Amino acid sequence: MSTQTEERLAGVWQFDPVHSAATFTVKYLVAPFRSEFGEFTAELVDGQLKGSAPVSSLKVKNEDFAAHLAGPDFFDSERFPEVSFESRSIAADGDAVTVDGLLTLKGVTKEVRATGSVSGPAEDFMGNTRVGLSLSTTVDRNEFGVSWNAPLPKGGNALADEVKLEVALEFIAAE
Amino acid sequence: MRVLAISGSLRRGSYNTKLLRAAVALAPEGLEIQLAHGLDEIPAYNDDRRDRPPEAVVGLREQIAAADGVLVATPEYNSSIPGHLKNAFDWLSRPLASSPLRFKPAAVTGASTGLFGAIWSQAETRKVLAAIGARVVETELAVPNADELLAGEELADPDLRDGLEALVRELVELIEERERAGRTTAGAEEG
Repeated sequence: MSTQTEERLAGVWQFDPVHSAATFTVKYLVAPFRSEFGEFTAELVDGQLKGSAPVSSLKVKNEDFAAHLAGPDFFDSERFPEVSFESRSIAADGDAVTVDGLLTLKGVTKEVRATGSVSGPAEDFMGNTRVGLSLSTTVDRNEFGVSWNAPLPKGGNALADEVKLEVALEFIAAE
Repeated sequence: MRVLAISGSLRRGSYNTKLLRAAVALAPEGLEIQLAHGLDEIPAYNDDRRDRPPEAVVGLREQIAAADGVLVATPEYNSSIPGHLKNAFDWLSRPLASSPLRFKPAAVTGASTGLFGAIWSQAETRKVLAAIGARVVETELAVPNADELLAGEELADPDLRDGLEALVRELVELIEERERAGRTTAGAEEG
């Protein structure tokens, strides 16, 4: 880890939810399907990143589809209301970052490695100091017990196993 | 604890209804199993009416909402789930987020006079219940040769009695797990 980047993420940062996003993308039939967690929270304290999102906050364009995603076939929001992440280490090379940590989804916790970039710190027009983190990782949803699928008439399945998780996070230096 | 028993057969002398009556008789202390009523009054599903369903559908919704779990016994029509039963589930699934079956523990059995005991119909019933968001017991209890096994008023076959008791026990365990977590919603529509 470069000392310079370590210093960039040191200290206590406040999460800016309005300018942040957490999404997942999974191929459905022929195209990537993307959904966003409407609510989520994150914290960055002394170089450790934590975050969680209620699965009931997933934004999709059909209410019955949203209910299916929250049901036992997918996220099972009754038993496992949250998806969460906690970093173990953040390594950096210039603006590139590699974050190792624990992802908990549907009650299953697994080590994942996310890669991406850091930007800032930079001062905004209000005099606040901001830092940004963009990270992504790909997981096999079956390893987390999210195994729903539908066979296609000519073979294969409707929904891919690999799911890309992406976050774009913005933090403001705590005073 | 209350379980609603839904028979997929409307026939007066139905073996599946008889199987459910046997479950009522075998229910352990503290568990009340009631037979659902009104399935034969439900008209064909019409999406135009999803937000103002017919009275018979409202009645079934209320019966399920008032129960902690659901036990379905289904015959098999043409290798699949009986049309009126699937139709009832279709009504119950809309809107999905407020379906009374959502997260509701459910178990499925089935009787037929053939050698297979409605196994395909049972599999499809479990699939449909899962799609609606019910918490479905995986165990299958097939009752073949129903005209012999369910001939008398009481269950004479010890294996069938054990199997039915075990299926109900699994259903009760799912209900208890939900109760322990404070999630039971019997008596209220689920969100």
